[in-house]
Amino acid sequence: MQVLPCPFCGPRSEGEFHFAAETGKTRPDTTRDVSAEKWAAYLFDQTNEKGVTREIWIHLPCAEVFVMSRDSVTMDVLGTETLRKLPT
Amino acid sequence: MTTKYSAISLLREGLRGQSGWSKAWRSPKPGAAYDVVIIGAGGHGLATAYYLARNHGITNVAVIEKGWLGGGNTGRNTTVIRSNYYYPESSALYGLSVKLYEGLSKELNYNVMFSQRGMLVLAHSEPEMEMAARNVNAMQLNGADAILMDAADVRKKAPLLNYSKDARFPIHGAVWQGSAGTGRHDAVAWGYARAASALGVDIIQNCEVTEFIREAGRITGVETTLGPIRAGAVGAAVAGHSSVLARLAGFKLPITSYSLQAFVTEAMKPVIDTVAFSPAYGTYFSQSDKGGLVIGGGLDRVPSYGQKGNLPVQEAVLAGLVEMAPVLAKVKLLRHWAGIVDVTPDSSPVIGPSGIEGLYVNCGWGTGGFKAIPAGGYLFAHLLANGTHHEISRPFDIDRFVTGRLIDEGAASGIAH
Amino acid sequence: MSGTRLSSGGLIDRARRIDFNFDGRSMHGFGGDTLASALLANGTGIVGRSFKYHRPRGVWGGWFDEPNAIFSVRTPKGSLPNVLGTTTALAPGMDIRSVNAWPNAGFDVKGGLDLFSPWLKAGFYYKTFMKPDWHLFEPMIRRMAGLGTLEPDMVEGYTADQVHAQCDLLVVGGGAAGLAAAEAAARQGKTVWLVEDHDTLGGGLYRMGDRIEGLQPTDWVAARKAAIEDAGGRILTHTTAFGVFDHRLYGLARQSAVDVAPTLYRLRAKECLLASGAIDRPVTFGNNDLPGIMSLEAGLEYLGRYGVRVGNAIAIAANHAQAASAAARLSEAGAKVSLFDPAKGDLAASGRRGVKALRQGKRAEAVDCVLASAGWTPVLHLWRHAGGKLRWDEALATFLPAEAPAGMRAIGAANGTFDLDQALAEARAFAMGEPYSQATTRFTLTPTLPKPGAKGRQWIDFQHDVTLKDIELAERENYVSVEHLKRYTTLSMASDQGKTSNIPGLAAMAALTGKTIPEVGTTTFRPPFVPVPLALYHGHHGGQNFRPLKRLALENVHRSSGAALGEYGGWLRPAWYGDRPGPEAAQSEARMVRDAGGILDASPLGKIEVMGPDAEAFVNFVYYNTMKTLKPGFLRYGFLLTERGVIFDDGVVFRMGPNRFVISSSSSHAEGVTGMLESWRQDGNDPDRIFVHDTTNHWSTVTVTGPKARDVTRSLGLDVDLSADAFPHMTFRETVWRDVALRIARVSFTGEVSFEISVPASSAKALWTALADAGRPLGVRPMGIEALSILRAEKGFIIIGKDTDGETMPHDLGFTLPRTKKPTTFVGDRGLHTDAANDPDRRQLVGLSAIGDTPLPTGAHLIDGTDRRSFGIVTSSYMSPNVNRPIALGLVERGTQRMGETVTLFHLGQTYQATLTSPVAFDREGARIHA
Repeated sequence: MQVLPCPFCGPRSEGEFHFAAETGKTRPDTTRDVSAEKWAAYLFDQTNEKGVTREIWIHLPCAEVFVMSRDSVTMDVLGTETLRKLPT
Repeated sequence: MTTKYSAISLLREGLRGQSGWSKAWRSPKPGAAYDVVIIGAGGHGLATAYYLARNHGITNVAVIEKGWLGGGNTGRNTTVIRSNYYYPESSALYGLSVKLYEGLSKELNYNVMFSQRGMLVLAHSEPEMEMAARNVNAMQLNGADAILMDAADVRKKAPLLNYSKDARFPIHGAVWQGSAGTGRHDAVAWGYARAASALGVDIIQNCEVTEFIREAGRITGVETTLGPIRAGAVGAAVAGHSSVLARLAGFKLPITSYSLQAFVTEAMKPVIDTVAFSPAYGTYFSQSDKGGLVIGGGLDRVPSYGQKGNLPVQEAVLAGLVEMAPVLAKVKLLRHWAGIVDVTPDSSPVIGPSGIEGLYVNCGWGTGGFKAIPAGGYLFAHLLANGTHHEISRPFDIDRFVTGRLIDEGAASGIAH
Repeated sequence: MSGTRLSSGGLIDRARRIDFNFDGRSMHGFGGDTLASALLANGTGIVGRSFKYHRPRGVWGGWFDEPNAIFSVRTPKGSLPNVLGTTTALAPGMDIRSVNAWPNAGFDVKGGLDLFSPWLKAGFYYKTFMKPDWHLFEPMIRRMAGLGTLEPDMVEGYTADQVHAQCDLLVVGGGAAGLAAAEAAARQGKTVWLVEDHDTLGGGLYRMGDRIEGLQPTDWVAARKAAIEDAGGRILTHTTAFGVFDHRLYGLARQSAVDVAPTLYRLRAKECLLASGAIDRPVTFGNNDLPGIMSLEAGLEYLGRYGVRVGNAIAIAANHAQAASAAARLSEAGAKVSLFDPAKGDLAASGRRGVKALRQGKRAEAVDCVLASAGWTPVLHLWRHAGGKLRWDEALATFLPAEAPAGMRAIGAANGTFDLDQALAEARAFAMGEPYSQATTRFTLTPTLPKPGAKGRQWIDFQHDVTLKDIELAERENYVSVEHLKRYTTLSMASDQGKTSNIPGLAAMAALTGKTIPEVGTTTFRPPFVPVPLALYHGHHGGQNFRPLKRLALENVHRSSGAALGEYGGWLRPAWYGDRPGPEAAQSEARMVRDAGGILDASPLGKIEVMGPDAEAFVNFVYYNTMKTLKPGFLRYGFLLTERGVIFDDGVVFRMGPNRFVISSSSSHAEGVTGMLESWRQDGNDPDRIFVHDTTNHWSTVTVTGPKARDVTRSLGLDVDLSADAFPHMTFRETVWRDVALRIARVSFTGEVSFEISVPASSAKALWTALADAGRPLGVRPMGIEALSILRAEKGFIIIGKDTDGETMPHDLGFTLPRTKKPTTFVGDRGLHTDAANDPDRRQLVGLSAIGDTPLPTGAHLIDGTDRRSFGIVTSSYMSPNVNRPIALGLVERGTQRMGETVTLFHLGQTYQATLTSPVAFDREGARIHA
């Protein structure tokens, strides 16, 4: 059972989290023509990094969506970032 | 030297202390160039080499392996073989595999112990029975040997299960495929390795690919820890690490790696004579010839290359098993382990050209690569030999993600994902 | 072998006599005995038979390293398979049976199999049984294999408790090093847990019985225990740390008795000190599997802990200095002891049912017991679970800890620190985080490893009958990597998981291939460290606690109204009401609704609030249908899609105000839809300008539907004009009823006039009762989901996941406009224009009219006459009580262009005929819904 960090709630048990996606994809602007290949790459292609990854996760109880850096081999959690705009 | 396996040769060898057996496979040094180089000496890679030699007469083939042959998912699965699929494309693929498995021991002269003890996919409610009927109809139309069983018939096949009306998921019936069963996973790898080696294929273990050799945009070989090896064509069959290899070659795959766990209990005298799967409980199991229950379930929740299982999934799978057959509460777990599986968006495999000339991929088998080894090898060999798809592998080309023609068996059961 | 209980000594409670049976013979032991110690005390030599050759087997080990003493045990609570005799406490009335032997271990009819062993070598089954077919041989092989028999009885109360816990320091092992470390750490103020798998602390201290720090072992242990507990430390005996999992999670199993399910502790420990000790390595020599040949450590354990002298004439075959002191200890206990150094020449034992003599060269001693040790192997399973590395130590001929895993250190014998004083110093230093450089151990040995090419049979794996010859065969056939070796020979795959056989097996292969042992490989130890019952993982998650159902606020009201409850999408809901058979009740309720009306608990319908300045644009983006034109007070039906363009959910959107919407997802999909909305809100939108909140469980929803729905609803006395003109279809009103908020919507899943009324869940009972009371005189009664399913199918309304699948897109259901005309982007927009989405042969929603009076089977496939290719499926099918004929919905290739076509259907070998029609079977004009 891993302990994962929610930027909102702090460290919680892995069962409360849901892996959403890798980071780094931008939704193509569908008001313009998007080629089938480009759309398929957006939907399906994965870097699937072995080692340090950056991923989007959701903490289900508070519904916070955030970015987590982990090591996909050792399962070490390296850091977490909120998607919120923090007051500057 | 005794090379042929039979009751008679075994008898003879028994009389002289088993001293005359030849090596199951050679361990040659890598040559400078081959017609085909296959990366990955798992079941799929070894079967590909075997069928290249046997079906296509291409024997100047090397299979190179980072570790030891059969050491990846081939040796880490729950050994289930089945073709109870909904879509005709899947049915053709896995049906071919079951058919090849049926003759495999004799063909390879190596007992892979394919035991067609049948498989139950349980239905736990009337809506699930309707869905089961839909699946059975599809399978029958696809030419597979599925039937719909009621609870009484299921009970005859697997009296061990929980038939209480008060069970959380009471058993209403099941989809039964009689030709499904289990095989001895290691023997499949070893049998293909032995047969391929005998046909002239070089199996090179402890040899890792470090880079692709390219000429004019085409891949013409691999750099390895044992030096460069040139190739007319390169085929990659490296389940679990497909994305790592793709990255080395410079492209991306629609694959996420997950840990898939399996479990085995202490050995007991026979208690169940079939494979029993409950989607509702999220668990399936069968009993090995040695007597241990071999148990599987869903993927771990976290993308992983860790080759190591995690406790929450163990609890979920094993709790489901005890619900499915409560008397197993007192049976002891002996060992669990995990493999890294390639999961595609539609949970169907990818076989085809990689998009980079000279490189072909066989990957994305998810949780079900073992049952597909003969077909995967057969079809991949066809592709490597001809440069074009066999009609059965055509729908599994990577271009389906562009056309949107996914083959999603989960989708057939109404799950949008 | 002739074990004897001495008149004094040991930790057992001689005042507590325990009677038991073994293979039908009455015996007795004492409190504190294990099954193995009691059997040895009764002079039992053969306790079981080996897996393959059915060779007689005696007790080898003193604790978890036992490969042989495995029993079926029956207690007053029930029967248990494969019980390890060396670690299981003896209890009164136990009926103990040997396994893999018939009629008993002493005389086993399959014992003759050993004569065939020349033909049953490693992997023989891969070379034969192929012709005519494996299936002819398999049943016989399966019956021969397996250890114990699983009796079908349930052990009374066999359910495991599961506990979460955390601590600063976990000490694994309550021997001298573990106790010293736990005490030092606890005194420093750390939260310390110490686990010990024996019932008593002290580890190996009782073997030699020597004083420790000036005290008798029992006194020293008692002092440490008191100190640890005084400092707030927690000690768990009969508790095994069976696995290390991600992020420093330790699995502990605490077993109070064999017929009580262990308690699972999921312990999160910041640090762990592994004080798990070391076990004896077997000496590999001729016939080393005979009963009476045990580990030296075991011989001393049985003496020290249980007051059992394991033999009268004992040969000690050990390659290290402990042999002499052990000999003195055993002599003192009355045994005639002879010493053999295995490093000085090949040993061979003789005997048939037990060891009779041990020979080395010309020297032969008549013995009834051999105690063997080729050195000590640190127990490093948890070290490997945690990812720690090992190194091969030539001098000690074993693996020792190398690079440590995060948060773990090994101390004492587990760290190769075999001298007690050094172990204590090391343990205390590590516990306090102080540096300690390991002193050179005074324990030395002459490495004694298996020598290939020997004559006769030398056992490597006792349970699985793997001999040195099997390893030679594996090498000959090129199964040389450690994993090939293990899998081909089954070495270390038995229930002891190679605890005794691992190093001898590796060493034999190393000798055969001319490699070093590390080159051959180490094996990866995997949890569990010892076998643990599946009940441990199951816990109290059984029965209705397994994936618990979601419950309605009105459940008790429905029960008292005679509802038959069923599971629908994870909710327990009324399927129908009354004692009638379900289908009959559903038909009757469906007729009632169209004749008068029905009252339905629709609470699982989602009620997800979406609000904020960007709410309108957001809802418009996540929906397929255009939602920004929806006016406050109005509802609109629509689809949520995946980015592939596939329908994810359908439902109705309420516009509460300019910046506020309520999304009414389909029942059971509220969590999924909320998750999807949150994802898009936070990842791609400004989360400060949109707020999403699932209020489904805060509200209960009761739907009144049917021609008399208005009359029934009017009884609530709401200040809402319910007339059709003032309150048209697809609008809603908010008001107050009995001082609580109430929302009433005109939306219909039956095709009848419907009022969907939501109140806070705390007022659900009042609302339901008021409506039921008003409905009763009008013939409007509660209805269940089964009737609703019929009614909606009569109208061609779909259920997501039943009438759609993971490929269905809105245009397959006739909702084509937004796909081509919606001017703004929306989720899934591009996915609706792939090749597959544009395929003219897509499956579309149709109705099917059965030819004949029998409903079509749900799940039937539409097939082409020639090649029986499936081109569609029946997704819903019912007898309609309102159109008085069977109705059905289906997904059919080019269905909308085939209206009127007669098609053939296939179902479980039968064929049926039907005509393709519009999905709407009842009130095609849709007049009733607006009434």
